[in-house]
Amino acid sequence: MMIDIRDLRVRFGQGADAVTAVDGVTLSVREGESFGLVGESGSGKSTVLRAVSGLNDEWTGRIAVAGTEQGPKRPKGFYKLCQMVFQDPYGSLHPRHTVDRILAEPIAIHGLGDADARIVRVLRDVGLGPAFRFRYPHQLSGGQRQRVAIARALVLEPRVLLLDEPTSALDVSVQAEILNLLRRLRAEHGLTLVLVTHNLAVVANLCDRLAVMNRGRLVEEMTVEELRQGAAREPYTLQLLRASRGYDRATAESFRDYA
Amino acid sequence: MTDDAPLLEVANLRVAFPTRTGMAEAVRGVSFTLGREKLGIVGESGSGKSMTGRSILRLVPPPGRVAADRLAFRGEDLLAASPRRMRDIRGRRIAMVMQDPKYSLNPVMTVGRQIAEAYRVHSHAGAAEAKRRALEMLAAVRIRDPERVYERYPHEVSGGMGQRIMIAMMLIPDPDLLIADEPTSALDVTVQMQVLAILDDLCSQRGMGMIFVSHDLNLVASFCDRILIMYAGRVVESCRASELHAATHPYTRGLLASLPRIDEPPGDLPVLSRDPAWLEG
Amino acid sequence: MTARTDTQSAGWRDWLTTDTPQSRAQARLGRAWAGWTAFRRNRLAIAGLLIVLALVVVAALAPVLAPYHPYAQDLNGRLLPPGAAHWLGTDAFGRDILSRLIHGARLTLMIVALVAATAPLAGLAIGTAAGYFGGWVDTVLMRITDIALAFPKLILALAFVAALGPGIENAVIAIAITSWPPYARIARAETLTVRRADFISAARLQGASSLRIILGHVMPLCVASLIVRTTLDMAGVILTAAGLGFLGLGAQPPLPEWGAMIANGRQYVLEQWWVAAMPGLAIFIVSLGFNLLGDGLRDVLDPKGD
Repeated sequence: MMIDIRDLRVRFGQGADAVTAVDGVTLSVREGESFGLVGESGSGKSTVLRAVSGLNDEWTGRIAVAGTEQGPKRPKGFYKLCQMVFQDPYGSLHPRHTVDRILAEPIAIHGLGDADARIVRVLRDVGLGPAFRFRYPHQLSGGQRQRVAIARALVLEPRVLLLDEPTSALDVSVQAEILNLLRRLRAEHGLTLVLVTHNLAVVANLCDRLAVMNRGRLVEEMTVEELRQGAAREPYTLQLLRASRGYDRATAESFRDYA
Repeated sequence: MTDDAPLLEVANLRVAFPTRTGMAEAVRGVSFTLGREKLGIVGESGSGKSMTGRSILRLVPPPGRVAADRLAFRGEDLLAASPRRMRDIRGRRIAMVMQDPKYSLNPVMTVGRQIAEAYRVHSHAGAAEAKRRALEMLAAVRIRDPERVYERYPHEVSGGMGQRIMIAMMLIPDPDLLIADEPTSALDVTVQMQVLAILDDLCSQRGMGMIFVSHDLNLVASFCDRILIMYAGRVVESCRASELHAATHPYTRGLLASLPRIDEPPGDLPVLSRDPAWLEG
Repeated sequence: MTARTDTQSAGWRDWLTTDTPQSRAQARLGRAWAGWTAFRRNRLAIAGLLIVLALVVVAALAPVLAPYHPYAQDLNGRLLPPGAAHWLGTDAFGRDILSRLIHGARLTLMIVALVAATAPLAGLAIGTAAGYFGGWVDTVLMRITDIALAFPKLILALAFVAALGPGIENAVIAIAITSWPPYARIARAETLTVRRADFISAARLQGASSLRIILGHVMPLCVASLIVRTTLDMAGVILTAAGLGFLGLGAQPPLPEWGAMIANGRQYVLEQWWVAAMPGLAIFIVSLGFNLLGDGLRDVLDPKGD
């Protein structure tokens, strides 16, 4: 198992105002697998991802990555194993750093050396030529920025890539390019992917297996093959499937809240 | 004015912004007419779809400039209308709903009062009458407990509720035309469908025309009657929504192909290669 | 020949404005060039820059530019009005006011440079640390800042000078100690707006230490508004220094500090107005220069304008 989560709980806030964002989630992702975590806003899907990544340290339960149990604070070596790509490519790149500086930073932090060759290689990996190396983020399009963000995650040669809605801020034609890129990178580097998204079609395109979350709980796990056939067991998943097929007056009438 | 006359006529609409290197054209000669129907305008970012919607209400931010051979609402020239007349048209005759309700609602006024105000500005009704209408409108956008929501402040409501409140506020003066700019993009799919159902019903019940600006091809195809596909400030294709799958322009076909689908096996998606000739088509 | 220089300068411009720089240096210079192009469009800012540059040049070349020695007394030529021999007149000891102003530029520049090199840096360090770490670090640092802010600036400076003894160095220390809190406030506010940004999270996920994030990621985003604020504050610093000089707590005679010069001229202000007015005019022009420059810099550097 690459990622093993047991009874993960995340609460935000104190006392009476506390909100349970994740309520006892258990799931595991095999090495080399591409796993989708699907849900609507407030379902806790991103919170799970942030707990795994080490960004959020207020959780209880058990998180193991690559067989090693992880505490709230991660050792430096963890970040060479597991990296993350954020949703908004406009917010995830430092506005005053060139692409070169952005990519050189992780190399410097981990004292890897050979920075020039690594930067050129990782830029080529994500389909950006050396011409992009000394540009600032404001000189790049949204898709190019997301490629830089992916390059930054890859420069440490991690085995796990956590993706938080990596294409939902992009145009559909650019989304196709990024999905294709992620598929190629996964094959070339043997990456394990965890993709958080609200878009079932994106999961169907990139993942092998998925879990549906609603209000902090895991509703059901299924394979993408089952998703394609519409073979969901839970009414909530079926409703999501219906909603993603486009607008239909009668279908919209049938929607209800699932607690 | 007969009922089958077009609600809106747009001919050769142009929107340009001055830049250091000259004028940058965001909209380059868009023409269409709108009846009592749901017209979808689809395009990627920078296609000029939002500017097309805003220019109808003359809401293009300065220093942008709008020009058109004809821009007429029920036969009245909107480009020649006085600012005073435009204020009257905005809201009462043509309403606009934007993507994020948080920026469009006044944070220090309860949502109910804002809706009531919107009604009073255009109808000169009394306070009690305005409140009654506002509560009716909240019920019309299927808010379960209108009395309670009436007293809430914008930050106390969810995104989907906020967007319903926006719609209630925009539709209370009973406009003839609604311009909706990505009205549901910030919402979850199920909420999105519910909000669209409300818009759909209001359109069919009141005979309102609607321009629905969106980046989501599938959504527009399933929701609207007719679609304009925009690319780089031009309409490259226009078709009936039900016939989108038979679109002929390579840009439209490329966009459709690049969408991942639940019922297709995983694999590389066809990537759109942009033909410079599309800029002139 | 002209054509050739034209193409050459066009070549430089292309090199600077290219969107595909080939090296770190080119990217940095290109960015500086873009800033300069924006700055150049503001005529008042250029005027401010010229005034500040003139101050620097005058201070650097003071012995060359000054027609007389600043301390050279001529008791027969006391309180002479502006004329051919003494362009700005002479003071009560017959010293040439122009020469004293020129030498005084060095003192003014020194005060400005010392304060600018200390207070904003201290404020930046305190503000970013408070904003980034939050919690009790924030509480402690910001309460200290609040306490420092609560003292009236000039009074606190007076107390320091009274304790340390009059003199220009002590005046500078007093001004620096009393002027850091606003910088800390600004730096903290800027830090709070970026600390939840995804690019900070991304840096943490690369294993970057807090120090690295504050120095490399947070500070560069605070520096712009601090530079602007510092420039705008320089006029106030000059005035405070002059005020201390005027009260006899700053520069001591015979140093040609502008504030002290005004103080010396105040008894003749009705008959021999130039003795006080000329240094006053110098303070006014330099303060104006810093203010105009600060306004121009705000337009260029303020990240919110991007």
